[in-house]
Amino acid sequence: MRPVSSWGRLDANLHQVVSLRDQADIRDSVLEKEPGIAYGMGRSYGDVCLNPGGLLWSTAGLDHFIAFDEATGVLTCEAGVLLEDIQENFIRRGWTLPVTPGTRQITIGGAIANDVHGKNHHVAGSFGDHVRRIRLFRTDGETIDCAPSEHSGWFSATVGGMGLTGLIVEAELQLKRIDGPWLDTETLAYGNLDEFFALSDASETDWEHTVSWVDGLSGEWGRGIFMRANPVGGERPGPRKVTLSVPFTPPVSLAHPGILRCFNAVYYKFKKYRAGRAVAHNVPFLYPLDNIREWNRAYGPEGFFQYQSVIPRETGKDAVHAMLDEIVRAREGSFLAVLKTFGKRDAVGMMSFPRPGVTLAMDFPNRGARTRALFERLDAIVMQAGGRLYPAKDARMPKSLFEAGYPRLEEFLKYRDSGIASGLSRRLMES
Amino acid sequence: MVLIGRDAARLERIAADLKTRGAGSDIRAVTVDFLDPEAIRAVADDVAQTAVDIVFIAHGMLPEQDACQNDLSACREALEVNGVSPVLFAEAFARTMEKNGRGTIALTGSVAGDRGRKSNYVYGSAKGMIERYAQGLQHRFAGTGINVVLVKPGPTDTPMTARLKDTGTRLAPVASVARRIARAIDKGVPVVYAPCRWSVIMWVVRHLPGVIFRKLDI
Repeated sequence: MRPVSSWGRLDANLHQVVSLRDQADIRDSVLEKEPGIAYGMGRSYGDVCLNPGGLLWSTAGLDHFIAFDEATGVLTCEAGVLLEDIQENFIRRGWTLPVTPGTRQITIGGAIANDVHGKNHHVAGSFGDHVRRIRLFRTDGETIDCAPSEHSGWFSATVGGMGLTGLIVEAELQLKRIDGPWLDTETLAYGNLDEFFALSDASETDWEHTVSWVDGLSGEWGRGIFMRANPVGGERPGPRKVTLSVPFTPPVSLAHPGILRCFNAVYYKFKKYRAGRAVAHNVPFLYPLDNIREWNRAYGPEGFFQYQSVIPRETGKDAVHAMLDEIVRAREGSFLAVLKTFGKRDAVGMMSFPRPGVTLAMDFPNRGARTRALFERLDAIVMQAGGRLYPAKDARMPKSLFEAGYPRLEEFLKYRDSGIASGLSRRLMES
Repeated sequence: MVLIGRDAARLERIAADLKTRGAGSDIRAVTVDFLDPEAIRAVADDVAQTAVDIVFIAHGMLPEQDACQNDLSACREALEVNGVSPVLFAEAFARTMEKNGRGTIALTGSVAGDRGRKSNYVYGSAKGMIERYAQGLQHRFAGTGINVVLVKPGPTDTPMTARLKDTGTRLAPVASVARRIARAIDKGVPVVYAPCRWSVIMWVVRHLPGVIFRKLDI
């Protein structure tokens, strides 16, 4: 047994960790043992990848590529391969993953299980939209190959299925042609939410990547920085590679309200001053925090929560407004606050998080009851607006909000593997 | 590229991975009994039909020290797998490489081979043998175009060390250790510790006076 945390570092419960290195390991370790859950890089924030007191199947050793078709761009690989591995290998060969989230330090299995999304959701959908086939190993020994057109129920339950339908051991992905690692970017400042929505709508057709940072702390809530980008070809000297790291966990969270207000004000002014067009390498633009190793330590020994919701477009503006209001009033909130509109498309997965609307993601240092009380007020806003929370980021949502947000839950439960359970599944699905 | 191992399926999996990563299309997998001198000679001669530029010998197992003390078969196995077998491979390739007069032979020793410690001295003595052997080979090939590189990794996150994880042992990531080894092979460095900090730690361990060393529980 050893202590294992997820990215939020809220706790470090003991787990029995079994490393899966190959097919034989999978059969020996997974078959009809007590319930476990697959654990890749531990980059999800809450308990979706944990199983306190129980079994974890570490998939880091399932990191082999299997085949690549240069003509079609179809890549087959094991579930523990990292997005970083794929991008580092294939961008220089003219191919890229069509969808990546804000970090490349996650496994393919995790990307599928949480149906992750990126800054290009409005043009490319979520990760599951580019998965052609998944090989699932069930704990009763059955292997299921599922695809959008074959065993499609299994496919749709597994994409966004939080790893609960079976162990994802292999996947076939459709890569996309790309001219190189560079992006033509534009940075714009916005003064309020109306301006944000206007910018988002205006950018949807002509820009592949859009995202914004919103200042959730200053009295002038709703101001922020809007960033958009398109891939651009051509040879340029590579970026300077500077990797920083948070070398130890500070005794208290660095996300102190006073520091944060200063930081946000300076950051806003700085970005506003630097606004305009520029060519940027995709890594700092798309994965800015990957250059600061173990940045999650900055929130101190108590860890932190991320609260990410998606709200339908009709109720979106008012709900985001109301949430920012609550956060400013509570004097909580943090450096990281992301506001983005999702495209008008339904996700492949029954339990996928993305849906048409607007998503707000914010980090909150864990200050115990005070932080949880704020979340309860935010939950009420999300619930009333018909939105939902992202399980990959969650460590505490109430069951009622989960059930209201995911109307296909009943259908999904039929596909669950009885030999798989996580902290999250016990908390929200009773087993 | 030729991969030599014992398990054909595992080798094929690695070969497919390397091909997909773009390491070239001609990757062959060969299986052999790692303790059979005749078979090792035959494999080396077969592989060396086309000139070999780099030989990297990296197999090993981590025995339980207690088992080695209580069961002499386990003790012998640990010595043969970690000491004798790598030497046989190196010797087999040394002969073919000598004919061409150029190339690099890299052997995997260990920080455990630097000084015998009660917690792991059977494994350590096999690794110490690799060091003495590599030294001799370096002497033999001095002034030729053949480089002999001795790699001494600290505890690294591989299947061999999986059981150390529960004891809280700090394991170095494979990628950074591999990068350091690849660079050492490129440059033909005679001895390389990976990660780098082990060169300092082991310097201290090697130079500790016996009076103090014997009191340490390591």
